[in-house]
Amino acid sequence: MSSEKTKVKEPFVRIVKRDGATMKNKILIRAAAILLALVVDAVFIFSVTGLNPLAVYGVMFNGTFMTPIRFSWAMRDLVTLLCIGIALAPAFKMRFWNIGAEGQVLMGGLATALVMVKCGQSLPTPLLFLVMFLTSIIAGGVWGFIPAVFKAYWNTNETLFTLMMNYVATSIVACMTNIMRGKASSLGKLNMSNQAGWFPQFLGQRYNINILVVLILMFVMYFYLKYSKQGYEISVVGESENTARYAGINVRRVTIRTMIISGAICGLAGFLIVAGRDQTISTASAGGQGFTAIIVAWLAKFNTFYMALISFLLVFLSRGASEIASAYSLNDYAASIIEGIILFFILGSEFFINYRMIFRGSKHKGVQ
Amino acid sequence: MKKSMKKVVSLLLAAVMIISMVAFTSVVYAADDSVEVDPDFKMGVILVGDETEGYSKAHMDGIKEAAAEIGLDDSQIIWKYKIPEDSSCYDSAVDLIGQGCSLVISNSYGHQTYMVQAAMEYPDVTFVSMTGDFAAISGCDNFKNAFTNIYESRYVSGVVAGLKLKELMESGTLTAETQPDSFDADGNVKIGYVGAFSYAEVVSGYTAFYLGVKSVVPEVVMEVKYTNSWFDIDKEAAAAEALIANGAVIVGQHADSTGAPAATQKLLDSGKICYSVGYNIDMLETAPTAALTSATNNWAVYYKHAIETVMGGGELEADWSEGYDVDAVGITALGESCAEGTAEYVADIESKLKDGSLQVFDTSTFTVGGEEVTTAPCDLSFLDFTTDPATVVYQGETVEAIQDGHFSESTFRSAPYFTLRIDGITEDAEAVE
Repeated sequence: MSSEKTKVKEPFVRIVKRDGATMKNKILIRAAAILLALVVDAVFIFSVTGLNPLAVYGVMFNGTFMTPIRFSWAMRDLVTLLCIGIALAPAFKMRFWNIGAEGQVLMGGLATALVMVKCGQSLPTPLLFLVMFLTSIIAGGVWGFIPAVFKAYWNTNETLFTLMMNYVATSIVACMTNIMRGKASSLGKLNMSNQAGWFPQFLGQRYNINILVVLILMFVMYFYLKYSKQGYEISVVGESENTARYAGINVRRVTIRTMIISGAICGLAGFLIVAGRDQTISTASAGGQGFTAIIVAWLAKFNTFYMALISFLLVFLSRGASEIASAYSLNDYAASIIEGIILFFILGSEFFINYRMIFRGSKHKGVQ
Repeated sequence: MKKSMKKVVSLLLAAVMIISMVAFTSVVYAADDSVEVDPDFKMGVILVGDETEGYSKAHMDGIKEAAAEIGLDDSQIIWKYKIPEDSSCYDSAVDLIGQGCSLVISNSYGHQTYMVQAAMEYPDVTFVSMTGDFAAISGCDNFKNAFTNIYESRYVSGVVAGLKLKELMESGTLTAETQPDSFDADGNVKIGYVGAFSYAEVVSGYTAFYLGVKSVVPEVVMEVKYTNSWFDIDKEAAAAEALIANGAVIVGQHADSTGAPAATQKLLDSGKICYSVGYNIDMLETAPTAALTSATNNWAVYYKHAIETVMGGGELEADWSEGYDVDAVGITALGESCAEGTAEYVADIESKLKDGSLQVFDTSTFTVGGEEVTTAPCDLSFLDFTTDPATVVYQGETVEAIQDGHFSESTFRSAPYFTLRIDGITEDAEAVE
């Protein structure tokens, strides 16, 4: 070193942006991440429980695949998560950080529940479903519209605004459920006497309507984002608002329109949750999926088909982790740790897809 | 192979020992000790909490105790912890059936609408919704409810409190001079009660507690403060403090935390005359000198009965509710502050409750609006209050609860239905903040 005084000291490691990793690289890095995560989890499982980690991973598989009914629940959870992910995709593609999906879902669900209760006895079934559907997307849409207007006209911070709207929605739901339950000590299933507004079984499966609706939505959103004029506007606004303005795009209009769409689809997710899955409403109806869906949308780079894959992975992980906890009498927190470690590695692998590291003395000097 | 044989043998030995112990001491259900353990039997338990939450822990302990008495292996019980009162309860129930359970038990009231949904789809499996209230009228034969006659032990815990009051007043410690706030204008001594919600379960409980106190000290009035929560340490402490500030000498409770006894202990230490009667668990650790006793459930009695019945291929009652007659309820160890002679007095009351010669809600001991109660029609229908007017989900009978000079609680169905507001008790309109 001392003989080369003029040379700048080379750092041990340099981080260099990678321009478009190849498909093979991406898959390899992600696979490595999952493998590493499993190794770290194995250490955790062994140190806490002393069980054979491989046997434990076998149990994890059971969480989704042990019985047909478990698989059908996994599909149901998958489409719920995917639906919210689809809702978030246009907003995030526009670089509008909508972290208010939780609230938008709750408002849609609440609207559905109120219609079920108030009109369940008076409206004929098809009309009832139509009204439930419309009110839910309106309620979710309004919950997306409000922060969008503030962003568009007064440039408020949408991250904070949508986050706060979650708390407002949660409180409204808490208040309404308290009113709705009346003298009963808990709300329970809605319309138990006549089952009005409950999704019927379709093709012999309880959750097929949910699955079908989200499948259709998956295709529609894919084409909307990729091939429609509005989808193009969204991506231009997302890349650079100034460019968008220069190109004659009305940024305000695009912002508000996109957020109404995002909120409305969240509202639709609320409709599917209340009418198709729970037949009741509570502050836990969205169950944190509004936040998990951000990971789904982001990891998939807004490609709805990748989103389905990632949703499946997340649902598989979470069902598997709670199955491990249940089978070995661990508590829920252990399941969350197992799940969290895997998520951490998957998210961390994105770094290695976008950047590469060059070590000191490496032969690949300079930027490729 | 050898190892597992050893395990089986030792388990069997343990089971035999426990069963024979139970048989010789004849504590519980003398008749059906002879049930053979079916190795293929599995039961599922859906809990609203886990071992860190008192109510669920009491159920877990009860099930474990019952399983140990019967000789069930740990692997024959599948637990589902922290299941909220929503569709995840239904999912859990179905999942348990998928794992081979022929008996599924849930422990929270709000689970029952999801339990009945699963029960209708799986008629071969027995479902028990603890504290639920519509099994008998649901038309679903494999859906059951169970509770205990907890009001009996609340009455006894009231007697313990009454004896303490009597001692305090007779010794001159508690008089209108030493603690003037504790007496109302008519010279009645004041006591208080921290209640969770204004449901029948709580009303039935605090009335029983009050009547227990009143059986010893006739000149007594009680103030009830609600917390609108089953478990909230801070609110329960605040409620106890407010009651004591209003003059309450004894603070009873129907809420699950240690908030009220802890607050009472603090005020007792600061010189106030105030004592606490707890619920579910022994409060002596929290309040060594302030706690007198606690009313508790002994869930093991029912769980043993339920497991044995289902395992033996029998049919459970749609409604099960028992009290002192089978030791399904009781009070915890008496605290050091209890009045002298309490144990003997209580033993006498307990034996009278056991043989039925004493009725907790004896209509000659209380009045409503100044009159003795002669009729109390109770509608047992299960209503849906979300619609206006409320719709009937399951139509039940309207029964006359006053029978042979007492209000017959938990006999027409296991869940309490006593909702009379009797003289001497005032409920605060505002819940504690």
